[in-house]
Amino acid sequence: MAYAFQVIIDALSLGSFYALAALGIGLLFGVLKLINFAHGDFITIGAYAMIIPSAATQATLFIGDFHPLILVPSIVGIVVVIALIAEFAVFRPLRDASPATLMIGSFALGFILQNLTIMIYGGRPKAVGIWSELNYGIQLAEGVQVPALQLIIIGTTLILMTLLVLFLTRTKHGIHMRAAAEDFRMARMLGVKANRVIMLAVATSGMLAAAVSMLFVVQTGILDFRMGVSLMLFAFIATVIGGMGSLVGAVVGGFTVGAVSILLQTFLPSEMRVFRDVFVFAIVIVILVVRPQGLVVSRAAKERV
Amino acid sequence: MEPKTPFTRFLREIWPLLILSVGLFLIVAGFQSFDDLIIKQSVTEALIRLVVVVGLFIFIGNSGLISFGHIGFMMIGAYATAWLTMDPMTKDIFSPGLPEYLLTHSHHWIPSTIAGGLLAAVVAFISGLALMRLSGIAASIGTFALFMSFYSFYLQWSTWTAGQSSLVGIPVTTTPWVGLIFSLIAIAAAFLYARSRFGLALRASRDDEVAAKAAGVSVTGERIIAFTISAFFVGMAGGLYGHFLGLLTVDTFYLPMTFITLAMLVVGGMNSLSGAVVGVVVMSALIEFLRRWEAGFDLAGITWDLPASSAEVGIGIAMLLILIFRPKGLTGNVEIYWPWKPKTVTTNVTKRQS
Repeated sequence: MAYAFQVIIDALSLGSFYALAALGIGLLFGVLKLINFAHGDFITIGAYAMIIPSAATQATLFIGDFHPLILVPSIVGIVVVIALIAEFAVFRPLRDASPATLMIGSFALGFILQNLTIMIYGGRPKAVGIWSELNYGIQLAEGVQVPALQLIIIGTTLILMTLLVLFLTRTKHGIHMRAAAEDFRMARMLGVKANRVIMLAVATSGMLAAAVSMLFVVQTGILDFRMGVSLMLFAFIATVIGGMGSLVGAVVGGFTVGAVSILLQTFLPSEMRVFRDVFVFAIVIVILVVRPQGLVVSRAAKERV
Repeated sequence: MEPKTPFTRFLREIWPLLILSVGLFLIVAGFQSFDDLIIKQSVTEALIRLVVVVGLFIFIGNSGLISFGHIGFMMIGAYATAWLTMDPMTKDIFSPGLPEYLLTHSHHWIPSTIAGGLLAAVVAFISGLALMRLSGIAASIGTFALFMSFYSFYLQWSTWTAGQSSLVGIPVTTTPWVGLIFSLIAIAAAFLYARSRFGLALRASRDDEVAAKAAGVSVTGERIIAFTISAFFVGMAGGLYGHFLGLLTVDTFYLPMTFITLAMLVVGGMNSLSGAVVGVVVMSALIEFLRRWEAGFDLAGITWDLPASSAEVGIGIAMLLILIFRPKGLTGNVEIYWPWKPKTVTTNVTKRQS
């Protein structure tokens, strides 16, 4: 019982990461029809922004040492600024290009950002201790103990999603964004400002990336220039499984990928366990072929994936 | 001068192939005359990348689908070739899980490279049966997922691939001339394929999928053919690469390799063979230039050097600039054409807009 509970919490907290990252990718796909390969590098940048640039393997905190009330807005601010620069320098000039060209463009952008990170911080992974006191266990019931951090991750994810839903359904800008995702040209004709909506979507996506990077660094305690990319790959899968262009689908997909990963980790025989990721990626291919529209179908899915 | 005799007509027909081959030969011969080991290695690496990029072109250029998965085929070819050529003694140490026959035999590198390409082609054919039914972005994501599952599989399959460490002791046989011969074969094959019935049908589906289907083109079937042929060449390039480095790690075949080869194709012009070749030549020169600059040089008494991984950033920026300002690539997606145009150009042939 306690074990099953632990597995569920593990699945939910891993799924939270994937769902948050998938939301960031899904938002941009909805508005821009952009598969953003650079999203993972936004996450990496958010994580690296906490430390002083150096080649040392033990990182020295800089922003990471600030009070949380300053830390969180600073990291969010940095990632959002990077995302907006990306929008101005890359996505806007390519806006009229085909989705495939946009995708290659974001691939190039991600590659540039990743190598800039190596250039500034060095290529070796770094240990970083931030809020490690959050890793203590919490007694939930008789014999059931989970790390507080996992509960915080799940809680933060739920709060962020609620805020996002409120923003998208209750505010003018949110409604504009949904309209643009549904039918961009029609929305423009009805007075939605294209540039503003896209910049809002990019900024929101950056905020989500910053949230993922902070939670992820606290959990793993390691900085690696590839950390964002591996998260992004799974988030990417989540958006595909959930159905591209559907935000509900991104969340469903994120938690599905988290659950499948943890279940495979738990129930595969030990010699097969190392091949977990192979199975996860193989499942994507199967879903793409069998149900190309994804689990949750968005009405706006013009470019069917 | 309008070609009149059968010979000039033939010459005009194979003109792009001729120019590319002769040009490439001259470049390689020119660099060979330096007799410098580092230059030779750079040239060999560039030629291997050329085989990869031409292989990529066979699929991407003709089908219009972006594949992120071909470096997976390169990896499959590289390991398969290494399993065949390595000395049985070293195989015992690094990949003890190999079947009895492979553990006790070793073969010449030429048939082994072809076998490596064939294995990649078989894998591509089987995965293509499922993946090639997809179109557009879905196909790209599918190839990406395929690539990631191959990569994760080889990374963990330590009894065969030495997993996260490396497979050492592969005979070093790939010289610039070997690279050149394989490049020329790949270029010729890509040229002939593009002009074959299959290539024409596939390009029709690239330009207008619905119209091609209506005209009786089996889009999925043609894509599978191109996918298989391109994987064959990319797989052989993998074999050459292993026998160039002398060792193999799974990490060699990850996103940077995917990115660099794709960037070369995009910069040159995705839809033309000339673009693929020009892209490799130009980008290899750029990479080499930036790498030298990273190492530093002296000018006017000061050492000028760029920080590490400037070359990668440079490639990325070059690719973005091309995508934004010249989306059809340096060659503008056309082949190198016959230079003697007829004096009076008839313009009553209207180009169909896509």
